[in-house]
Amino acid sequence: MNLQFVADGLLLGAMIGLGAIGVTLTYSILRFANFAHGEFISWGAYMTVALTGAIGFLGGSHAPIGPFSFGFGLIAAGLIAMILTGLLAVALDALLFKHLRRHGSAIIMVIASFGAAMALRSLLEFGFTSQPVYFSRAIQFALPLGLGVRVTPDQLAMLALTLMLVTIMHLVMTRTTIGRAMRAVSENPSLSQIVGIDVDKVFRATWLIGGALACAAGIMVGITVQIRPYMGFDLLLPLFSAAILGGIGSVPGAVLGGLIVGLAESAAVHVVGAEFRAAIAFLILIVVLLVRPTGLFGVKD
Amino acid sequence: MSAAPLLDVSDVFAGYEPGVPIVRGASVSVRPGEIVVILGPNGAGKSTLVKAIAGLVPKFSGRVTLAGEDITGLKAHKMVREGLAFVPQTENVFAAMSVGDNLQLAAAVLAKGDRRRGMDAVTALFPDLARQRGLRAGRLSGGQRQMLAVARALMVRPKLLMLDEASAGLSPKLVELVFAKIQEIRHAGTTILLVEQNARAALSISDRAYILVEGQNRHEGAAADLWTDPAIGRLYLGLGNKTVDAEARP
Repeated sequence: MNLQFVADGLLLGAMIGLGAIGVTLTYSILRFANFAHGEFISWGAYMTVALTGAIGFLGGSHAPIGPFSFGFGLIAAGLIAMILTGLLAVALDALLFKHLRRHGSAIIMVIASFGAAMALRSLLEFGFTSQPVYFSRAIQFALPLGLGVRVTPDQLAMLALTLMLVTIMHLVMTRTTIGRAMRAVSENPSLSQIVGIDVDKVFRATWLIGGALACAAGIMVGITVQIRPYMGFDLLLPLFSAAILGGIGSVPGAVLGGLIVGLAESAAVHVVGAEFRAAIAFLILIVVLLVRPTGLFGVKD
Repeated sequence: MSAAPLLDVSDVFAGYEPGVPIVRGASVSVRPGEIVVILGPNGAGKSTLVKAIAGLVPKFSGRVTLAGEDITGLKAHKMVREGLAFVPQTENVFAAMSVGDNLQLAAAVLAKGDRRRGMDAVTALFPDLARQRGLRAGRLSGGQRQMLAVARALMVRPKLLMLDEASAGLSPKLVELVFAKIQEIRHAGTTILLVEQNARAALSISDRAYILVEGQNRHEGAAADLWTDPAIGRLYLGLGNKTVDAEARP
């Protein structure tokens, strides 16, 4: 068996991991499974497409940097899109989830998130059609890494980006006041208030971070694969598998879970064929729920 | 003593469900420097009352002032900035987080320049905690956890510290230790409002006491008087007659 699946799996896993961080934080801090999270991935990617166009129109440079397919224009567009996607998530909460929270029923929030997901996805189809778009049509030559593994410079850059974002996230969660407050609210919302934490502020930070990281995942999918309105929806099951496998509330767990799901999916393509690829995330989800419902890094209640 | 009360709770109705008050017109007043205890049978609404004061349980009517400021409608997370610290009875530390992180969370309320000093002051009062900084709070013993919870509350140098059953579930030796610490905290200048099941120990360190029954004030007075009043002791506090406490339960 060719070891190429390891490189492909890590890349896929990195995207899933970044998306799963948002899922796991929303699940543990806002206490519901947000099925609209995949749409932040798609919206992030399309916002980057639109912003890249705008930057080009304003005279920004799109000349590729070194061996990569993208230039500073895309990097700038991506950073702005991350903020905008974070704000989109904050706005979705303010318009929808905030009002439902008062009823205190998680199932209402989950169903509402399904509705929000459909609406967000339809808006993308309406605005950009269902035809895939690409950041770049340029063909990249893959670099041989030995053992029959080949990766493109873009793929290496995306892995480096993931490593950077995950490291930043880890430092935010463990070293900063807002990170500690997020962990506190995820463990005990009422004690958090007593301690002086503004829970609404923590909710907003959670949406902002989750949205921004989803956008980063969307850009990665856009650079290495393609951009479609369904790109986020298609990742939803892997995101939840990764979040639950890692243990709800755990950022390192979500990333590790993402890598495992990504590797398992790309291995499955080699072993049982591409048509079963989508089933793998589902299989992992079921096995984890049966064997270790708290996940790898989960804490028992 | 006629000093203006630090905490004044007047005619408060409070409960979890609208229209179902658990606290039904309770009034409590605490003067600066006092230790005051709220006693009463199980289900009397003692915990609900302090949670309502802290802003965790909705108040339907009534008024709460702290140092003359109306804090009746203040959100729970703002109370601590006003100088009112609360230690709930259970789950009063973040078990999944380290002792250090638990204290850091409390210090985050302080201005950046005061955090270091706040940490030092608290670890001076609870030297054990400095050594256990890296330990997960969930791995502390019951007594150590209680100390961490109190240390956390004291981080902001509160005007008033409210403790809900700080002695619950602790061994007699630890109860003694906790109550000694409470006296030490009072001497350091913090006024204290206790809710207690352990009437005997609580009365021995308190200046005044309120007895709450069915969400209403039933008796109030100097701790020493309640202590010696045989009728009150027997009826409400389980003093001298072990079966009474059980009968008083709703």
